Amino acid sequence: MTSSSASATSSAREAEQSVTNRLGLWVFLATEVLFFGGMFVAYVIYRHTYPEAFRAGARLMEFGLGTTNTAVLLVSSFFMALGDRAARAGDRRQLRRCLLCVATLGVVFLGIKAVEYHSKFADHLVPGPDFSGTRGPLEIFMTLYFAMTGLHALHMLFGLGAISWLLWRNAGGRPVPVEPVAMVGLYWHFVDCVWIFLYPLFYLPGR
Amino acid sequence: MSADAPPPGYLAAEPGILAWFRTLDHKRIGLLYLFSITGFFMIGAAAAACMRVALLSPQGNLIVSDTYNRLFTLHGVVMIWFFLIPAVPNVLGNFVLPLAIGARDVAFPRLNLASWYIFMAGGALVLYAIAAGGVDTGWTFYTPYSSTYSNGHVMAMAAGVFIAGFSSIFTGLNFIVTIHRLRAPGLTWFRLPLFVWSLYATSIILVLATPILAITLFLMALERGLGVGVFDPKIGGDPLLFQHLFWFYSHPAVYVMILPGMGVVSELFACFARRRIFGYRVMACALLAIAALGFLVWGHHMFVSSQSLYAGLVFSLLSFLVSVPSAVKVFNWTATLHRGSIRLDTPMLYALGFVALFTIGGLTGLFLASLAVDVHVHGTYFIVAHFHYVMVGGMVMAYLGGIHYWWPKISGRLYPEWIARSSAVIIFLGFNLTFFPQFVLGYLGMPRRYAIYPPEFHTLNVCSTAGAAVLGLGYLLPLIYLPWSFFRGAPAGPNPWDATGLEWRTASPPPPHNFEETPVVTAEPYDYPPPP
Repeated sequence: MTSSSASATSSAREAEQSVTNRLGLWVFLATEVLFFGGMFVAYVIYRHTYPEAFRAGARLMEFGLGTTNTAVLLVSSFFMALGDRAARAGDRRQLRRCLLCVATLGVVFLGIKAVEYHSKFADHLVPGPDFSGTRGPLEIFMTLYFAMTGLHALHMLFGLGAISWLLWRNAGGRPVPVEPVAMVGLYWHFVDCVWIFLYPLFYLPGR
Repeated sequence: MSADAPPPGYLAAEPGILAWFRTLDHKRIGLLYLFSITGFFMIGAAAAACMRVALLSPQGNLIVSDTYNRLFTLHGVVMIWFFLIPAVPNVLGNFVLPLAIGARDVAFPRLNLASWYIFMAGGALVLYAIAAGGVDTGWTFYTPYSSTYSNGHVMAMAAGVFIAGFSSIFTGLNFIVTIHRLRAPGLTWFRLPLFVWSLYATSIILVLATPILAITLFLMALERGLGVGVFDPKIGGDPLLFQHLFWFYSHPAVYVMILPGMGVVSELFACFARRRIFGYRVMACALLAIAALGFLVWGHHMFVSSQSLYAGLVFSLLSFLVSVPSAVKVFNWTATLHRGSIRLDTPMLYALGFVALFTIGGLTGLFLASLAVDVHVHGTYFIVAHFHYVMVGGMVMAYLGGIHYWWPKISGRLYPEWIARSSAVIIFLGFNLTFFPQFVLGYLGMPRRYAIYPPEFHTLNVCSTAGAAVLGLGYLLPLIYLPWSFFRGAPAGPNPWDATGLEWRTASPPPPHNFEETPVVTAEPYDYPPPP
């Protein structure tokens, strides 16, 4: 009797803590929105000032690779959501499979991104003294492209670190990490959402 | 335990110096911040002292202009990001907030400690930049000077500020969640002390504005380090965009440097006038209104930057609007004193000084919000005097008032009252002697940020430097008597001020877990007996 009421209070405390953690994460995501927001403002202003350069810039992007990456990331978020469901059902094996899918798709995304970056370097489209085109607004477009997708990729790396941590937590003899999966999932979906804005801004103008 | 010693409390809970660096106790983390920002304050103050001494002579005999530029940049960066912004939230907020809402700790104690380490890492980079030769851009890092031409250690300085920003964000996040989730039973939103409301408003600003600073400095550093920025006019970039982004953070940040002070002063007025704060709900809403309006007025820093006239008009109007909630606060503090039984203890002296100086700072802000007047006084000592009246006359007074008010709770002992009162008066007089002449200098046209000035400004500059010496003495006294009282002061007892507020319901210093029994709140704050 005593032990069951004690476990009832401890599970109530866990539920309380879970609300607290999620509120903390949402506030953090609000910070992140503003963090990317500064660069989105810069993008809007320069696109308004130099519409032609931005269309020219978008034509330099590899449309196929960008679109593929969008699909890769959306599917990874789908597996993240499945993982969250598996964790809440206490299905350790299913959770592991889902997290592995998420991690693999994340790595694929970064790999494709690396191929794209490499081709920009090879074509001398990286802003700076080595820039192949005439110096001007096109460089601003490319700077924003590298800064924004670069920061997004950095967030992906953090996300992959978190997924690895979840896999490690899930493998041990400890209980299924329901709460951490939900938290990392929120973060992963957020990073996904950022890409959903980046993709049309950099790949679709003038198309 | 002998009768003349306070209970050991959190100070003796874990022995050893190392325990302080591993602590998760919000009270100890508050003290870690207290030590760090006092150190930064002394560095910033030393730079100010050098400048004031140099300005004793119009020809700039003591230091060359380049050194002078580095000194005011150092003063600005250190005082703003490493003293004013963390002063009340991170020291008093960390110490008092959980106690004031009847909680054991903040919501995320580990994050709280991490936030201090991040702050110190940022601080170390800034100290490195200073030791390596300093930066001459001013604290605003305007492009293209900072990104292209300056030969100072801009990267290290900007990186330090960037990193310290994350400390602000994590503290803000922690406070928001703490206030939402950890209030004691019965402590509804409109029973929260105004200090808690002010921390809430401040935290919202910290969380929403600081990331913009981070991204702005990131883009500036990209331009400086790799030559690939977006503000570079050579490739069609707009240096003004940097100013817009910078002030979108830095104007709200100005309210980070005043709102918590308003919260502290509200506590002091209620306690030392033995009165409920007049218009409590309006006071809470005014804090939120100032925080919200603060996001819409950044353009008033750029009236002479060639921004559009229509933008200027809108920013001017919005800036005037900020004066409404600010004035509401001043009137309500004054109304709180009406029919109160007022005790002029040290914290109250600071609170009264705050209202006097903040009012002057606020009213001169209206001059600066007027487009035509701003063209005349922009970039002069008038603006230096204006923001020092708000930042130093306002926030530093409130900070010192708060430190004295909660000192018995922090240390468990009383500070020597008479010397503390004298130092409050010395600070008030020294402050006015330092900065009032600067209003006149600015109005007469003396530009800020120059080591050399025309001889007709000599007398007023000598007054200002003399005032700075008095102000310095005033700041030195608490640095001596507060540490002394920490070891030798008379035991304070749980509630030496006979104040309401949950923090006074536990021992001084509080035990590590704050309360022996979770307090239950049944009344509104400031429940002082009605005046006779």
